[in-house]
Amino acid sequence: MLRTLRALPTLLGVGLSEAVAYRAEFLVWLLSTNMPLVMLALWSAVARGGPVGRFGQPDFAAYFLVALVVRLLTGAWVIWELTYEIRNGTLAFRLLRPVHPLLAYACENVAAMPLRLALSLPVALVFFLAVGHSHLTSDPLLWAIFPFAIVGAWLITFLAMSLVGALAFYVESAGSIFEIWMGLFGVFSGYLVPLDLFPKPVTALARLLPFRYMLAFPVETAIGLLGRGRVLAELGLQWLFVGVIGALALFAWRLGLRRFAAYGG
Amino acid sequence: MRRYLALLFVQLRASTALALQYRVEFLGEGLLALFWTLWSLVPLLVVYGHRPAVAGWSFDEALVVMGWFTLMKGILEGAVNPSLTSVVEHIRKGTLDFVLLKPADAQFLVSTAKFEPWRAVDLAAGLALFGVAFHRMGRWPALPDVVKGFVLLACAAVALYSIWILVIAAAFYVVKVDNLSFLFSSIFDAARWPSTVFRGAWRLIFTFVVPLALMTTYPALALLGRLDLLTTALSVLGAALFATFARLVWLRSIGHYTSASS
Repeated sequence: MLRTLRALPTLLGVGLSEAVAYRAEFLVWLLSTNMPLVMLALWSAVARGGPVGRFGQPDFAAYFLVALVVRLLTGAWVIWELTYEIRNGTLAFRLLRPVHPLLAYACENVAAMPLRLALSLPVALVFFLAVGHSHLTSDPLLWAIFPFAIVGAWLITFLAMSLVGALAFYVESAGSIFEIWMGLFGVFSGYLVPLDLFPKPVTALARLLPFRYMLAFPVETAIGLLGRGRVLAELGLQWLFVGVIGALALFAWRLGLRRFAAYGG
Repeated sequence: MRRYLALLFVQLRASTALALQYRVEFLGEGLLALFWTLWSLVPLLVVYGHRPAVAGWSFDEALVVMGWFTLMKGILEGAVNPSLTSVVEHIRKGTLDFVLLKPADAQFLVSTAKFEPWRAVDLAAGLALFGVAFHRMGRWPALPDVVKGFVLLACAAVALYSIWILVIAAAFYVVKVDNLSFLFSSIFDAARWPSTVFRGAWRLIFTFVVPLALMTTYPALALLGRLDLLTTALSVLGAALFATFARLVWLRSIGHYTSASS
């Protein structure tokens, strides 16, 4: 445990220099997170004639710009590396190190945070110029909770990817399973449509699924759609999901490693 | 010409044989494609649940655009993507030499190298969406409009293919382009909406940089009988110019190919 802690700064350093070394690729990868902007354009067109539900044009702008920032901060790509390394057998190298591979992946991911923050800044700037801060919540408690909501959202994203990635120990098409997960994410996380605009039963269903806590929850907290009580309750639920999905991921990982034969490596 | 047709037939047969080996995957991917088509209707349903029309497009008309989007996606993922991803692999490993040595045009060989026949599900789904849309409108498109629509479909496929050839040409210079394909798919996703919905910068990008309007909105307008002949002619001209440009860039950049591993 102590050894792992001592390795952390180095792991983070390596991750950061990797992200800087492949900055062009990193930039392209982040540019492909353009869906919120497309949806913003679309919903603005819809709201041109008057507000939709409780969303007017500026509300949509606030929602999708914050969604873009949250997505930039919480995105992860571990599943592609994981399935690739399991299939190719190169995972064996990671297993030789005295650090849990999932932790190493997590460090690589977190280490890119300065770059992600740098890319989120222009979005935030556009936000203040185009929408103004009146569309953000002014409650200091909510702002204190917001970082935890972001960390929780990132953890769910990362752990779910690890869980599905660990399935690559068993099946070859873990990628397709993840595609289904992403499809569900698109609808139930509020990525394409703010969850409020769905019919009531769908909104209620979304509250029971993990997807909402990966995006809509932090976004709605920041733009002040939720009251204090709701935010606290949902934060608890979010971290419950983190715990459950984390435990499942570790379990699947441990079971899967037994089958790992490093073929082709 | 006949030789190339025969070659195309051979390549198609090889891909089909390969696909038939993995029957379970065939079924799984087919079902997945069907799921995606239905699932991608959700945002459309929500939008039109709140409004009868958006930027002058009724639900049924937007459904026609969605039909073209599904068709184009089938073409992209079934006929264009698989071959061109394998070229990138060839370039990186240096095995493109074997392709270049063959006595046929290299661009033709690399672009027909691999097909994924189960993407035909997407084509069927696209046609089904047309069926539903026009059934709900209570009228059927006139024959000249259908012809116009399919001429534009050909143009769209050519434009899509040319963009890909340009991406591949980039691969001769900057070996790693996997991410570029990812970026392209993410942009292409916006084609499911009528292009007139977008304004300002997005509209410029979607009309001239990545001609999404040409790929789905114009064919839909043609099928709805709202596209004049001039725009059709201009689209054909534009697609032809684009293809010529891509061909020239391809010829230029293949001259830069320096077999990676030898």
